[in-house]
Amino acid sequence: MAQTEVKTLAITGNGAVSLAMKQVDPDVVAAYPITPQTDVVQNFSQYVANGDVKAEFVTVESEHSAMSACIGSAGAGARTMTATSSAGYALMVEVCFVAASMRLPIIMTTVNRALSGPINIHCDHSDSMLGRDSGWLQIYNEDGQEAYDATVMSFPIAEHKDVRLPLMNMYDGFIISGAIGPLKPLSAEQVQQFIGQAPDYPKLLDAKNPVTMGPFDGLHGWYFEQKIAQNIAMENALDVIQDTYDRFYELTGRRYEHLMKYRMDDAEIVVVVANSAAGTARAVVDKLRNEGIKAGLIKLRTFRPFPVKLYAEALADVKVVGVMDRADSFGAPGGPLYMEVLTSLYQEGQCAKAVNFIYGLGGRDVFPQNIEDVYRRLDAIAKGEDAPRERIYVNAKGM
Amino acid sequence: MTHKDKTTKEMKWDISGIKNWGPGDHELGSIIPEAGNARYYHTGGWRTEFPIRDEETCTQCLFCYFFCPDSSVLAENQKVTDFDYDHCKGCGICAKECPADAITMHPESELAERVKK
Repeated sequence: MAQTEVKTLAITGNGAVSLAMKQVDPDVVAAYPITPQTDVVQNFSQYVANGDVKAEFVTVESEHSAMSACIGSAGAGARTMTATSSAGYALMVEVCFVAASMRLPIIMTTVNRALSGPINIHCDHSDSMLGRDSGWLQIYNEDGQEAYDATVMSFPIAEHKDVRLPLMNMYDGFIISGAIGPLKPLSAEQVQQFIGQAPDYPKLLDAKNPVTMGPFDGLHGWYFEQKIAQNIAMENALDVIQDTYDRFYELTGRRYEHLMKYRMDDAEIVVVVANSAAGTARAVVDKLRNEGIKAGLIKLRTFRPFPVKLYAEALADVKVVGVMDRADSFGAPGGPLYMEVLTSLYQEGQCAKAVNFIYGLGGRDVFPQNIEDVYRRLDAIAKGEDAPRERIYVNAKGM
Repeated sequence: MTHKDKTTKEMKWDISGIKNWGPGDHELGSIIPEAGNARYYHTGGWRTEFPIRDEETCTQCLFCYFFCPDSSVLAENQKVTDFDYDHCKGCGICAKECPADAITMHPESELAERVKK
């Protein structure tokens, strides 16, 4: 490990990410404020005003324009970042597809917040799940430290020649974005060394080698093949992400993987969950283990690309898996994460029992007792109780 | 030699075989690595009427050249020489704007006999 002594800061999740942005010092940030992301770019605008960074900060009139400005900026070869939440992300989504198909490595922080309606500013994952088919890499983070680290690690991943895709980092609105937690930051020099120079690629504003970007595909063109190429890049990203995680471990001693296993070695009942609820779930696992219940936990980090084989491997010897979704897909067999886990098992020929738990919509609290109830239900199913095919709602009123 | 033959030979981006290109053969992100090659794509096919200019009536005011929305009035040494029928869409703006009424529109079916390509 390169570091012997690292100062620990007490800082909010948003503060941690804006610090990472300051240390990265991208060429361009184009953003529009929205709760609970606002202070990410608010802090950054302060860094710009203070002359702490060289970045061009573009204030725009909407998130649609923010992402459009990012596309122009990244197309010109500039390192480009933005941040959003909820309805702001929803407004971006049309252009997010364009960013991905143009293969522009834009880095975006999406602080998870519910989508309307009823109008709600609190945390769930329905915003980022809305864009799961937009062609962006998606990384979910438990706390401010993970979000900080992920921001730094984003650049070598998104800019890699075999990937070249935009990337979004998620963490929970308010629970993480506004709450103060510990952060062990890198130095600005370490960040710069880790991310390196942005690689050279065809640029819109290179007068000596002019190109056309974003052309009309024609009436009988190659749209289909370009879409296949995007999926190939997603598959390539699996190795590139893990390689980057490994390189980060060498620097910091902080280990990251596509999915983070906790007490999984002999686990019989397992919960899969993303973001901040994973911290609560670990405490519950410890309690159940003390009782002799073989409980385990998988924390999702990489959602796009979805590491199918790793989930199948991790769940190979498990009796019952409970997938906790903080977003619903109305009318679908279950929440988005549930469907992906189930598909992963099926594709690898496994038939572990799997139950879907929907929790935390619109910021509904998820207490240790709620997660313990989830494990107790899984335990009962492992012992012979029928596994329900329909969703189980966690801490919903009147259920 | 038609306009098409001339332009195809000038194009630098080798797209021979593009009809069979797979996902790995295309430029990343649909980039076209050669600027200005839209001229190689002939867009005159949906024309129903084509313009003819009467050399004797024309005053060389160049209104048609400036008004044409498709850059399809060809000029050399500040004099109109011809129309680019590969890209002219037959909108008739040149005929409408011509102060000398030197440009007239004719049914597309007569193109072959009226215009030497």
